[in-house]
Amino acid sequence: MQLEYIGAFNVVLGVLARFWPVWIALVLVMGASFAYKKRLGLYGQLFDSGVGIAGVGICLFWLFTAIFASTISPFDPLAQVSIMKDALPGAVEPQSGLVYLFGGDKLARDVFSRMVYGSQIVLIIAPAATGFALMVGITLGLPAGYYGGRIDTVLSFLANLVLAFPVILLFYLLVTPGIMETPIPYAMAGVFFMFPIIFFSVLFWTRYKKRPDRLYILLGLTLIIGGWVYAGLVFDADPFRIIHIDPNQLNIFVAVVFASSPGVFRIVRGLVMDIKTRDYVAAAQTRGESPWYIMLWEVLPNARGPLIVDGCLRIGYTTILLGTLGYFGLGLAPESPDWGTAIKDASRLLRSFIHPALPPTIALMSFVLGLNLLADSLREQSMKD
Amino acid sequence: MFAFVFRRLGTMLLTMLCLTMVVFFLINLEPNLKKLAISQTEMHTSAEQLESWLVNHGYRQNFFSRYGQWLGIVPKQPVTDPATGKPTRRFSFCNDPVEPTFSGVLQGDFGCSTKFKTTVASKLFPALGATGILMFWVLVVMVPISLLIGILAGMREGSRTDRTLSVASIASTATPEYVSGVIFTVIFASWLGLLNGSAASASRGITFYNFTLPVMTLAIYGIGYIARMTRASMVEVMTQQYIRTARLKGLSFGSVVVKHALRNALIAPFTVIMLQFPWLLTGVVIVEVMFRYQGFGYTLVEAAGNNDIDLLLGCSLVSVFIVLITQLISDVGYAFLNPRIRVQ
Repeated sequence: MQLEYIGAFNVVLGVLARFWPVWIALVLVMGASFAYKKRLGLYGQLFDSGVGIAGVGICLFWLFTAIFASTISPFDPLAQVSIMKDALPGAVEPQSGLVYLFGGDKLARDVFSRMVYGSQIVLIIAPAATGFALMVGITLGLPAGYYGGRIDTVLSFLANLVLAFPVILLFYLLVTPGIMETPIPYAMAGVFFMFPIIFFSVLFWTRYKKRPDRLYILLGLTLIIGGWVYAGLVFDADPFRIIHIDPNQLNIFVAVVFASSPGVFRIVRGLVMDIKTRDYVAAAQTRGESPWYIMLWEVLPNARGPLIVDGCLRIGYTTILLGTLGYFGLGLAPESPDWGTAIKDASRLLRSFIHPALPPTIALMSFVLGLNLLADSLREQSMKD
Repeated sequence: MFAFVFRRLGTMLLTMLCLTMVVFFLINLEPNLKKLAISQTEMHTSAEQLESWLVNHGYRQNFFSRYGQWLGIVPKQPVTDPATGKPTRRFSFCNDPVEPTFSGVLQGDFGCSTKFKTTVASKLFPALGATGILMFWVLVVMVPISLLIGILAGMREGSRTDRTLSVASIASTATPEYVSGVIFTVIFASWLGLLNGSAASASRGITFYNFTLPVMTLAIYGIGYIARMTRASMVEVMTQQYIRTARLKGLSFGSVVVKHALRNALIAPFTVIMLQFPWLLTGVVIVEVMFRYQGFGYTLVEAAGNNDIDLLLGCSLVSVFIVLITQLISDVGYAFLNPRIRVQ
């Protein structure tokens, strides 16, 4: 049977039309931010430069794409319509009359839908893993930089140990199907996911020690929510069955956190060593504040600028790491629509068909570019103050 | 200075010891050993046969004694052939000792590759040589281009050249190798047909036709990063007092940049270029797999994919060594180049 095709111009129009919820959301958010940019602090200042607007725009574009993925994509990312195998862009699927806007891949799946759904995987794992890496890096970097001495020596040695591993080797050792049979990933998850709970408990404890009414509420909330998420993620024992993570994904998650937290540790340690010589830290010490209060409530807030910039860059870097994992077929399921896996599948067949390769590569590149632009303009803005 | 280098070398050795032990532990996990036994024996072998294969090839000895044997501080024991009761080689394809001898990494024996059926050394070192050639061309392309971009951008901060080049370098840092590799292959191999999308023939002879794409792909990710660091360093130098003095005494802008600014602005990029090697290592793996170039990265992936224990250990030893030695060179070189820093 002969496939019908629509023209290149119609493909572009079709893609633009498919993204309609994203355009509406983008216009609303960007318009509102632009109108009230004077009152929005650092975020508002981003809208002063072209680079900043581009960065925010690209990041929000992918964020909304991930949120509205099911509305945007015309097909199921895993569905195979055998007649559409290797179909060129613009081929019309005969049964539903919908168009394979970017063509079909070698398993006859819609490349466009897979790209859109791929954003969901990337935008969940990358920021979450970066968040955990930040928590681990901050919780360990603060005492290392503040106390110095033996704690610093030991922690720095461990961090350098992990940093001396080439990332790819680390992934080949940590993200294999075999390792899922051993308790190693769960033990590592158990350690890493503990850090946010410790961090917030100490945060509230040091601040509200003298005000039990506040303290008990905040500590209770931290322990309940933290424990709930912890049980769901590490033991897969969430009583309400809301929080659930595949063993595969847990493994990837742990490996990515493990690979990127030493970097955060080094940055935090450096910042703390610089900030602890300031007068307000000396003042707090003279007041008799506890070391952890000083670290969390005096030093950390003053280190937030570089940390936010680093966080943005790191989400981009984590996205690249996820792509690397997908490219080597490690961890993620072979039919998963994430961008790295899609690039791997398509790059093997580059000699015969190029259309399945381009959408995921451009998607990945543009998302990381958006984050880097955002980080760059955040850095410029915070330098101005 | 010498004390500093010695202390660093000591830390380096300790780090290598810890890391190889971790790698040794992770490779020798039970599921991995089982996978190795299955791939090395015939199909459909029973559990007992797998187990006896592992015992016969010495994989069931104590963890620390095996690590010591690999390292060369514990004598390597030959295995006894159950049929004859005589000591035999573990693997027939490489020269394992038949008598207990110290034969480990310290003695220069890297072990046997089960995948390639040869000694690790005869597989690993030619691969390293091939990667060395690739790295050489990458550095030849990457370093001058990125320094030039960084200097041009940092010369006049905020100018249009600066903005354009900065955005371009940000874009290049946002392009990992597997993305740029695909895009370059599409443009130069599929559309224009100018270059070869595979570097498999490069191991027989390097030509512009088969080697340009891997080099380009590997260089582009680093160019952006080094260029941005050079720019930052150049911007800082250009605000210094001595630059203003040189301008005020009537020197032309060009000669101020070349004679006064460059020398000081190039100290920081030196460190960055050195620290770029670990990143290049990951890039090498991706590029060699993508373009089918038989180098170190390709060997690493083959070793990891087939659970080739000794080969993978050799690969990790080499990569960890490269990472640590470049860190050391960057520290020592920085102190050497920058007279304001004195190492205690």
